[in-house]
Amino acid sequence: MKVVVCVKQIPDPADPGALDPETRTLKRDVKLILDESDSYGVEMGLQLVDNAGGGEVTLVSMAPNNEQSGLRTALAMGAASATLISDTELIGSDALTTAKVLAAAIKDQEPDLVIAGSESSDGYTGTVPEMIAAVLDLPSVTAAKSIEVGGDAIQVQRQTDAGYDVVDCPLPAVISVTAGVVEPRYPSFKGIMAAKSKPLDEKSSADLGFAADAVGWAGSGQEIVDVAEAPQREAGEVIEDDGEAHLKIVEFLENLKVI
Amino acid sequence: MTTVSSPFYNDEHRAFADAVRQFTENEITPFVHEWDVAGEVPRELYKKAGALGIFGDGFDEQYGGHGQRDPLLRMVMFQELSRSGSGGVLASLLSNYIGLPPIQKFGSDATKAKYITPCMTGEKVAALAITEPSGGSDVARIKTTARLEGDHYVVNGSKTFITSGMYAHHFTTAVRTGGDGPAGVSMMVIDGDAEGVGRTSLDKMGWLASDTATLYFDDVKVPVENLLGEEGAGFSMIVNNFNAERIDMAAQSTAFARVCFDEALNWARERETFGKRLADHQVIRHKLVEMDRQINASQAWIELLAWRLAQGDDPVAEIAEAKVNATLTFEACAREAAQVLGGASYLRGDTVERLYREVRVQAIGGGSEEIMRDLASRQLGL
Ligand SMILES: Cc1cc2nc3c(=O)[nH]c(=O)nc-3n(C[C@H](O)[C@@H](O)[C@H](O)COP(=O)(O)OP(=O)(O)OC[C@H]3O[C@@H](n4cnc5c(N)ncnc54)[C@H](O)[C@@H]3O)c2cc1C
Ligand SMILES: Cc1cc2nc3c(=O)[nH]c(=O)nc-3n(C[C@H](O)[C@H](O)[C@H](O)COP(=O)(O)OP(=O)(O)OC[C@H]3O[C@@H](n4cnc5c(N)ncnc54)[C@H](O)[C@@H]3O)c2cc1C
Repeated sequence: MKVVVCVKQIPDPADPGALDPETRTLKRDVKLILDESDSYGVEMGLQLVDNAGGGEVTLVSMAPNNEQSGLRTALAMGAASATLISDTELIGSDALTTAKVLAAAIKDQEPDLVIAGSESSDGYTGTVPEMIAAVLDLPSVTAAKSIEVGGDAIQVQRQTDAGYDVVDCPLPAVISVTAGVVEPRYPSFKGIMAAKSKPLDEKSSADLGFAADAVGWAGSGQEIVDVAEAPQREAGEVIEDDGEAHLKIVEFLENLKVI
Repeated sequence: MTTVSSPFYNDEHRAFADAVRQFTENEITPFVHEWDVAGEVPRELYKKAGALGIFGDGFDEQYGGHGQRDPLLRMVMFQELSRSGSGGVLASLLSNYIGLPPIQKFGSDATKAKYITPCMTGEKVAALAITEPSGGSDVARIKTTARLEGDHYVVNGSKTFITSGMYAHHFTTAVRTGGDGPAGVSMMVIDGDAEGVGRTSLDKMGWLASDTATLYFDDVKVPVENLLGEEGAGFSMIVNNFNAERIDMAAQSTAFARVCFDEALNWARERETFGKRLADHQVIRHKLVEMDRQINASQAWIELLAWRLAQGDDPVAEIAEAKVNATLTFEACAREAAQVLGGASYLRGDTVERLYREVRVQAIGGGSEEIMRDLASRQLGL
């Protein structure tokens, strides 16, 4: 079974840096790391390949500055090889452009299954996987919490507010995986050493057949017009216990319609 | 600890440091107090640590080790694990690193396969048994005897203060096979379940998560193939082993000092007295700088020593001195962090409270400060 996992490399959320005041996008001139949201997809892919008893997980990532360290982390977890798309033309690409570029890199590999995270930790639009599916004309299942393979179809448990849906889907398909549904393995010492010599193919947008004005700022129809600070959380209500506090809490919860 | 801005570390060191940091944050730090109360580390942790490659530095690949000895990798690993703020967890989890190296260096292939392999995966745990009730500093005077009888030795005596002593599956043990003095000392592996092996648990001031025991050997039969190297070669093996243990302990002590500093710094930034932050009082600021100053000096020194070990150098005197320096740094930082935290540092479960109690064992175990100075003075030919 051949699984392609999309992994985004992002600035370390513990030290995210600043927004560029002009473009209102996150500055990406720092060291980038594997987005934790994508470690679940990598783990899911590795488990599927293990269960299938053969095949491999390969990675695709689009990132600035030829950044590799997040890919190396995912290779150390056990992926077999990686494709990195990186060049200065790509600066400013919006989510749709990103999806087109990733789709082009994925198409070449003819995978059985494409896995991505439900949403990245920095950009957070939660749209790239579905747009990749649209570009490749593949079925898409979102918010997967488990994937079971049977022949050339899969059964996906799809997380919902109330529980989960069971979705049958033919392969190949694009699945987005919810964070937290599997326990990503740690890159082991042996994995880290092995990752040093695993193939990492670097491509430019031109290599994938994109004209310069089809990607980056020029190719993106989306513009960030304003950025505002998230509002401070308001202080909660303190209920002093005078023996009747439980009634007030019940009333409070009833007002919220949670009980 | 300062893996980013040090010239000594390569990409693999940094990647492994990141993995061990995550492992420590997720699998160890949240539970250290619970494990202190329980008096042991859950055995599952050994298997998870084994999968990560925590036990492998310096052991052959065919037995599940890394196939290389890298003192700098070892340093980042010990220091990242130390961020948990529990020396007890490290002592317990890492007793393989004192129990197994003599087997790796002097055991036969069969002995290595039998004893090293299951420890690498975390299924089994090794301990080192040298110290006796009659003393630990003067290793040449150990009293436990091993008498050769045909195809086995018969061991009689007792060991004490043995880390992982209650749980370990085998003990790399110093015994007397010959006459008095260092030339009569040998090393052999004794199975924990051999007939005649007894264990009793010791109640300690610190390292509460680590099981520590007194061992009794009563006519214990040990197959001759469990002898490591030659009869009489034990003393030099022990001395050799101590060198690695000491830089490991210096690495931990320095990292624990850093944890004390971080705890104090966070507190000093948040806590207000007399209308301003603690950090705005000059006395407190100077305490923090004094801590940072000593930690940075210790860190720089031990990294340099690890690098020198990696080059094949064997700076015995300096490692002994650096261990003293690191434990004194730890002692000073635990004290000052406690002063900055005030009463909060006196409550069970607080990180500084735990580390404050753990200072003494770092300064005594693996060669006490006094013995380290004495060793250095002899090495320096004073
Ligand atoms: C005008 C504009 C300019 C932008 N400029 C940049 C820029 O310079 N650099 C930049 O990185 N982003 C930039 N972005 C963000 C841009 O939308 C995409 O890079 C981003 O990857 C997609 O959106 P998202 O992060 O919200 O993905 P989501 O849809 O939230 O991500 C879901 C999943 O899709 C996959 N995925 C998403 N992005 C990538 C990727 N790049 N590589 C591999 N897999 C991926 C991952 O599996 C991820 O978990 C820009 C956005 C806009 C609107
Ligand atoms: C929690 C814990 C875990 C331990 N784990 C292990 C283990 O796994 N395996 C193991 O074999 N041992 C272990 N030890 C034992 C440790 O190595 C010894 O405690 C240490 O070597 C000192 O030996 P001692 O306690 O017998 O002190 P002694 O040797 O009796 O010395 C007493 C004191 O006198 C000082 N002293 C001794 N000789 C001199 C001298 N010539 N000049 C000046 N001062 C001197 C020493 O510094 C010491 O402080 C552990 C100890 C502790 C507390």
